[in-house]
Amino acid sequence: MARYFTEEHEWIDVDGDTATVGITDYAQEQLGDIVFVELPDTGAQVAKGKDAAVVESVKAASDVYAPITGEVTEANQALDEDPALVNSSPETDGWFFKLTIADKGELDGLMDEAAYKSFCDGL
Amino acid sequence: MNAPNKSGWKPGTPVEGHNAVSGPDTVTGNRALMLEEPLIFEIGGPDTTGVDFAAGADADRLASRLGDLARSEPIGLPGLTEPETVRHYTRLSRQNYAIDLGLFPLGSCTMKHNPRLNEKVARMPGFADVHPLQPVDTVRGALEVMNELAHWLIKLTGMHGVAMSPKAGAHGELCGILCIRAALEAKGDAREVILVPESAHGTNPATAAFAGYRVEDIPATSEGRVDLEALKARLGPDVAGVMITNPNTCGLFERDMKAISDAVHAAGGYVYCDGANFNAIVGRVRPGDLGVDAMHINLHKTFSTPHGGGGPGSGPVVLSEALSPYAPLPYTARTADGVVHLVEEEDADSFSEEHFGGKMQSFGRMTAFHGQMGMFTRALTYILSHGADGLRQVAEDAVLNANYVLRSLEDLLHAPFAHSGPCMHEALFGDKGFAEGLSTLDLAKALIDEGYHPMTMYFPLVVHGAMLVEPTETESKAALDQFIMALRSVAERAIAGDESMKSAPHYAPRRRLDETQAARKPLLAWEGELAPSGRAVRSEVGGR
Amino acid sequence: MRYLPLTDADRGAMLEKVGAKSIDDLFVDVPEEARLSGPIEGLPMHASEMAVEKHMRRLSKKNLAAGDAPFFLGAGAYRHHVPASVDHIIQRGEFLTAYTPYQPEIAQGTLQMLFEFQSQVARLYGCAVANASMYDGSTACWEAVAMAARITKRDRVVLSGALHPHYAEVVRTMAKFTEDEIAGAEPALQSAPDNQGLIARIDDTTSCVVVQYPDILGRLPNLQEIADAAHDKGALLIVVNTEPVALGAVKSPGEQGADIVVGEGQAIGVGLQFGGPYLGLFAVRDPKHVRQMPGRLCGETVDAEGKRGFVLTLSTREQHIRREKATSNICTNSGLCALAFSVHMTLLGEKGLRALAAENHRLACIAADRLAKVPGVSVLNESFFNEFTVRIGQDARAVVRKLADDGVLAGVSLGRLFPGNDALADGLLVAVTETTTEEDIETLASALEGALS
Repeated sequence: MARYFTEEHEWIDVDGDTATVGITDYAQEQLGDIVFVELPDTGAQVAKGKDAAVVESVKAASDVYAPITGEVTEANQALDEDPALVNSSPETDGWFFKLTIADKGELDGLMDEAAYKSFCDGL
Repeated sequence: MNAPNKSGWKPGTPVEGHNAVSGPDTVTGNRALMLEEPLIFEIGGPDTTGVDFAAGADADRLASRLGDLARSEPIGLPGLTEPETVRHYTRLSRQNYAIDLGLFPLGSCTMKHNPRLNEKVARMPGFADVHPLQPVDTVRGALEVMNELAHWLIKLTGMHGVAMSPKAGAHGELCGILCIRAALEAKGDAREVILVPESAHGTNPATAAFAGYRVEDIPATSEGRVDLEALKARLGPDVAGVMITNPNTCGLFERDMKAISDAVHAAGGYVYCDGANFNAIVGRVRPGDLGVDAMHINLHKTFSTPHGGGGPGSGPVVLSEALSPYAPLPYTARTADGVVHLVEEEDADSFSEEHFGGKMQSFGRMTAFHGQMGMFTRALTYILSHGADGLRQVAEDAVLNANYVLRSLEDLLHAPFAHSGPCMHEALFGDKGFAEGLSTLDLAKALIDEGYHPMTMYFPLVVHGAMLVEPTETESKAALDQFIMALRSVAERAIAGDESMKSAPHYAPRRRLDETQAARKPLLAWEGELAPSGRAVRSEVGGR
Repeated sequence: MRYLPLTDADRGAMLEKVGAKSIDDLFVDVPEEARLSGPIEGLPMHASEMAVEKHMRRLSKKNLAAGDAPFFLGAGAYRHHVPASVDHIIQRGEFLTAYTPYQPEIAQGTLQMLFEFQSQVARLYGCAVANASMYDGSTACWEAVAMAARITKRDRVVLSGALHPHYAEVVRTMAKFTEDEIAGAEPALQSAPDNQGLIARIDDTTSCVVVQYPDILGRLPNLQEIADAAHDKGALLIVVNTEPVALGAVKSPGEQGADIVVGEGQAIGVGLQFGGPYLGLFAVRDPKHVRQMPGRLCGETVDAEGKRGFVLTLSTREQHIRREKATSNICTNSGLCALAFSVHMTLLGEKGLRALAAENHRLACIAADRLAKVPGVSVLNESFFNEFTVRIGQDARAVVRKLADDGVLAGVSLGRLFPGNDALADGLLVAVTETTTEEDIETLASALEGALS
């Protein structure tokens, strides 16, 4: 399983034809206490770079973009009950949604962990 | 530090040699005059009432013309007798800050004194106890109030017409943008974009989007004003108009306003001016002379109607000759015979034919009935009280007070646009220079402990940690001096890194509230069951 | 000038501090050609309290106050007795002159009141959550329609013909710009609401059905069957109530399956005031719809010491955060009217509201029975609460005007509400509240008899 990162601070785990998407530890740190996550419906088609979810703190709402194109197969229902999971375990239990990968070629432009780390260090 | 009061007396400051002693916790949670108060649901009961009816008028005598819909289930509403009710709300009231208690420096909100004559007039039975659908011959006085106020709003702004029905500022914005859209559509010139400066109030983009437009930002110059060249470069056949706040949310007058209007008009668009800050220029500048096509006026700001803890407001929209024909219904018009008419849907076309050469083509109706009459009476009372000379003085004193605050603090607080010249009615500061870890929020909460409502914070977004101070014209110099002293003190603490500010306020009825918990697990209504009357138990509201 | 504390000496000292020679120096950014050199033309100079009061009193006397005549108008605005303590409380400066409670530590008074208000409205409507108020019933109605479109992602709206025509007009006006499609109608003078006709207009593209309860003719539609039909097609039921006192006597819209309940709260605590300011009420039955609601919401939380307190919450829906993606552009709403409503409702309580509703209905029944005896008059309604429609066999508008000349405010003619619809022209809407006396009813009956003979 490979993990990729985007410049919009999303991570994406690729496992065969499916991928799991969430936001990074850096992102949750910047957003502060997460109070609500609006997730896509199962079956929704999302397109690379377009809105897929919304993550809200008390005073801000931020769009989460789909890092790749695909069909949503599952949204993390645990976030409905406990949005704080995004703060406490952003890169594990706080995942947002899973999707089928339409075009593996879209993964090419994404960063690996080391590249993302140096990207964040430069911010 | 010198005591700012004229007498040199600083109440509440211990005389030298006497130290404040903190007392023990109390069993009630009260602290003398600071009284805790439970919810009505915790103290009221279903069988208690504070209203008497003639004997026998009870539910049992409910005749049955209710179809099969008579209520069978209890509603769950608590009742209190009159003394309990008065005490409940009086206790609650004392947990509020208010203009009546002190200077209320919320930028762009114009928290000025609310004259009590306004309240008295609004309560005259001829205004307060009149139904909106009474035959017009029985409401001539009400129509005259609407028309007289409309007349003075037009005169004060140098515009052509005014739509009186919008219910508040944001509703007025919507009205103005819909007039623009109707005017363009009448020309068969549908356009898609409204331009809004980055520093705009959030209602501007929300309004434009609600009216079906796409919103694009206009950048600002380093002076805090609209970047005219960038604006000109963006104008084109897809731009329906611009929404500009003037004086703007940085507290500055848009010097290029006329050039902006000319450029927008040349590109076939219209100019909406957010009039939230009209107080700074009333009686000195007429927006109509600057090429504005539409501007809402918050009667609850410039014209002193009370804010009431969040409304009601009133947002009449003054309109240029180009937009006036599209104003919403109903409207009032005085004909040559001196009669004021109420023009509604049924006679809109015939009235337009007879008196406006058929030009009036209203875009429709924004609200039931005719607008915020209770605010019209108050605003007209205020305008007549001040008169032409007084209103001019209002703007001058409001601007002088704001500049006095700006120049009394700029050596201490970062004032990003102080070099741009005088401010208008409000002074803008940023958090540059604060010690690491301390924020505008901490300063604001520390100011609460000093007995002040904080200024507008984190707005406009173009200044980091923004603090927008609008003292208004109804503050005395002594009151300003005391406020400046307090603000200087908290600013010095923020710069020095006083950690105690992080837990401020310490002396308000509540400490900082957990807004994260409120949003994560929203509890938006009381969910318990009422205790039977007479057995209600006071809960431990204030207990720990 | 009594509202301006600065003295000339103050002004001089302050100008010196800011480094300006004169006040004009502070207006240098205003282009010279836009600076007014003198006072606004035609506006008189400042005036004393006495003089202004006299002017305004003279204008007020040109109106016939409802309390000075037998009075039977309703149609979305109702005259009820407001206890004296309500006006006393809303005039306390701490409520009257406070701002929106953005600083919760020093606004608990307003915030707790709003929480209580939301709870009262939710219970009255049979809903889970109510917001902290809208401008009025008509704008709340439009906001509900817009909300239904967001939830269902459909844009076809079915309006009941018996919806207040001003409300329908507001929806039609706004829909022109949002491109929602509105299917409306005007009411037929039938003794019962045409539920089947309404249901037949609902299909798979309908976002919502908007029904007034009691309706514009005073009739009480059974909401459950409309709710079932709407839900069957995946549409929402929006119920509009313009007379909250009725809900002390009849089942709530929420109990009958309404998804969004909106209304005009003016009847409780807020006077007639020639149409405004009024109080928009807005509630949802299912808490999952809360995040699509417009307007402010107050919620319970705790402070840093663990004490209960209240804050404005879920603000990311609102314009000041979400800007062009907000659920509404509303900012200032009707805070003080919400206070008046809440105080009046607290004084009433369950017991008082039910007694008030019973008294309204009792007197309305007396009025309907008495008017039915007037030759040429027939009562239309099978069901009603405190307002009903009579047919008088001739143009009701002219009769209303004539009776007003004789000092009787007889009601609202359907011709005023639905101008140009000849089928409705002989209809007169008569509202009766606890402020109506049996003597008033007798006066109306004989005045009508005189006018019709």
